[in-house]
Amino acid sequence: MAFIELHDISKRFGGVQALAGVSLSIAAGEIHCLAGENGSGKSTLIKIIAGVYRPDSGTLRIDNDAAPLTPIAAINHGVQVIYQDFSLFPTLSVAENLALPSELRARRRLVSWSGVRKLAAAALARLGVAIDLDASVETLSIAERQLVAIARALMSEPRLLIMDEPTTALAGREVARLFAIVRDIQAQGIAVLFVSHKMREMLDISERITVLRNGSVAAAGFAQAFDEAALTRAMTGHDITAQSYRWRPRHGGAPRLELRGLALPGVLAPIDLALHAGEIVGVTGLLGSGRSDLALTLFGLRPRYQGEIRIDGRLVHLRSVAAAIASGLAYVPEDRLTEGLFLTQSIHRNLLATSYAALAPHGIIDFAEARARADAMMREMQITATDGNQKVIALSGGNQQRVLIGRWLMGEARVLILNGPTVGVDVGSKAGIHERIRALAEEGDLAVLMISDDLPEIVQNCNRVLIMHRGRVVEECGAALLSDAELGEKLKALA
Amino acid sequence: MTFSFLRRSETAIALVLLVAMGLIGLVNPAFWDLANLFSLARSNVIIGIMALGVLSVMISGGIDVSFPAFAVAAMYLTIRAMLAWGWHGVVAPFALAGAIGLALGLVNAFFVSTFGMIPLIVTLGTGALVRGALLGLVGTSQINIDRMPQELIDFGNLTLLSRIGPNGTHFGLSAMILLYLLAALLVHLFLTRTMLGRGVYALGSAPEAALRVGFNRTRVLFTVYGLAGALAGLAGLLHGSMIWLANPRDFVGLELDVIAAVVLGGASIFGGRGSVLGTLLGVFMLVMVANSLIIMHIDTTWQRIVVGGIIIAATTVTSFRDRRQLA
Repeated sequence: MAFIELHDISKRFGGVQALAGVSLSIAAGEIHCLAGENGSGKSTLIKIIAGVYRPDSGTLRIDNDAAPLTPIAAINHGVQVIYQDFSLFPTLSVAENLALPSELRARRRLVSWSGVRKLAAAALARLGVAIDLDASVETLSIAERQLVAIARALMSEPRLLIMDEPTTALAGREVARLFAIVRDIQAQGIAVLFVSHKMREMLDISERITVLRNGSVAAAGFAQAFDEAALTRAMTGHDITAQSYRWRPRHGGAPRLELRGLALPGVLAPIDLALHAGEIVGVTGLLGSGRSDLALTLFGLRPRYQGEIRIDGRLVHLRSVAAAIASGLAYVPEDRLTEGLFLTQSIHRNLLATSYAALAPHGIIDFAEARARADAMMREMQITATDGNQKVIALSGGNQQRVLIGRWLMGEARVLILNGPTVGVDVGSKAGIHERIRALAEEGDLAVLMISDDLPEIVQNCNRVLIMHRGRVVEECGAALLSDAELGEKLKALA
Repeated sequence: MTFSFLRRSETAIALVLLVAMGLIGLVNPAFWDLANLFSLARSNVIIGIMALGVLSVMISGGIDVSFPAFAVAAMYLTIRAMLAWGWHGVVAPFALAGAIGLALGLVNAFFVSTFGMIPLIVTLGTGALVRGALLGLVGTSQINIDRMPQELIDFGNLTLLSRIGPNGTHFGLSAMILLYLLAALLVHLFLTRTMLGRGVYALGSAPEAALRVGFNRTRVLFTVYGLAGALAGLAGLLHGSMIWLANPRDFVGLELDVIAAVVLGGASIFGGRGSVLGTLLGVFMLVMVANSLIIMHIDTTWQRIVVGGIIIAATTVTSFRDRRQLA
């Protein structure tokens, strides 16, 4: 007997048909995966189940009750949503974060601190995790915050727990722990709706999978009936070929980027590395491996480094971002929204952000030239937008990433450092971005350093892989003979 | 567990305060005179009561710079009303002053909550408006001791612990300190023991999350801005009673001192953080520094430099703390 049943649900926002005739049922105690690219309608569907949106047509039954759903009614039926941001209070203690919602539900006016602690301790005990109740949430790691959010959701005795992209910010070992907890929750008879776009995880955890594409169900069925290729096809509508990247050494000459004994006291042990034009070298490692510090050092953000950095054989001193840019380094940061893009500005301005000096030989910007170059780059990066004046905030994640990469290609970048190039980008755009990166390395004569947690991404796109651990490069291997499973084993062995 | 108080920012503030007291006492032994300590305590009252309101607003993620204007309006209007109507008493005038402050505070809350306006801009506007209206419509003449209502003067003069000084003068500890401590206790209980008070922290900490778990944003905002207004109104009239003077141009620039004291007490400009105990310590520190500058005969213009320096130093320390915890 299904706990919740959606039949032929449609929802429209203005001119956009967010959902068209979606049917979905979740049985009690089932782990169900909702898959789909960004913009496929996953979030709208979650909000309909949570009672936040009312569908335009179709029926929704919880416990065979077809009454219109409000947020309160959904909660009373036992639907709990853990949003991507966890909805926690960073400056408050773990105990209070856990207990506040139940205290509010009980319509209390006064706070009993002993009651708060007791409730909170019981909630963590139920999950089998130990977190200091008095610590403020901002001092916790992302994984611990997620555990607090899960523990809090379980306090209201839910029957369906919806987890929105729960593994996005987690490292490999934390994902394993999360999955153990999800199975444990299932064993308590609670259904879990797991929203994701990572195929390996979906196949791993779920019993049934529903794939959305453009607001409709593209495929649905038991997890055993799917493999990665089938899921990709359902999510994107076409096959994405996985062909690994081959690099052919070219005529001699100095490497594009050469590190000799590059070190950061206490953070990075001395690293020797040579990167040639056309190479894509992957860097991976667990959290805290020092890989991001390596990238930041090369981009001039760790001025107290030791050792030598050479670009095209010339010794450079990367003590500031300006020096790094002038030396031909380009860096695409991990968090493009906060570190890389000017969200409220136009695509053109974002693309041109580092090129204005070059376009203003006498201190006055040549706007016609600027527009022409920016338009050319939009075509080159295949950015989908109405025109260059559109604000970046209105673009999809994939297009935003293209803008950011495109910005660096406007200048004379010789070494491109990508940190998590496709985090939060959906499968279809991801393949497109990979294709651009490969083409840039091959034709544009760039050397690319690609830092990523996404092992298939590394294995497919890199010709070499460096594995970092605790500030040193512990292994270097050619990617041609490597599978992502083997790479995963190597990382697990370090943990 | 037992030593967790050591990690609290209040402990750090208290330690800094003790060190500062020790240093000041070394430079100027007159600091430890009972008369000086009593006068120091008395100087805490007005700034302290206002600081309690500002603390609540800051924890909720807002800021209030209009309260000195509200305080002066409540004081001047109440005393003018008492003179005009030949009105006597103590409790009723204070109730009126509090009500004037409350009403003005609710105006702030209305703009912040209904239109989602930036609190700094709203309160800058209402503050200027109220000050201008008071001087333009009500009057600019100050009411001196000869016309001040006697009951208020007597009330402001109440002392605990009367002593006779070495040169034969009388001095005592102002009883107004009790009012201040009572207000502090009530605000402390409100912030830590009521769900509404926890809602103030929740809203300041993560506004979106606070709405999702069911806190009522409107109610929280009306409460904190109303509270700040009401406390300012009460402090205004109390100030008039203690100095036997109602000056409609009073309290100019006081917002800076009060905000400095609250920040010094560990509250965060970004909301979600702060405590009454910390604020009491912050107010004491600020007042003590100003007081020492006076007894060391340092020019008042230099005191502004010190207050500005304290704000910069305290916000630097707290922003380092906040950044470390975010990282």
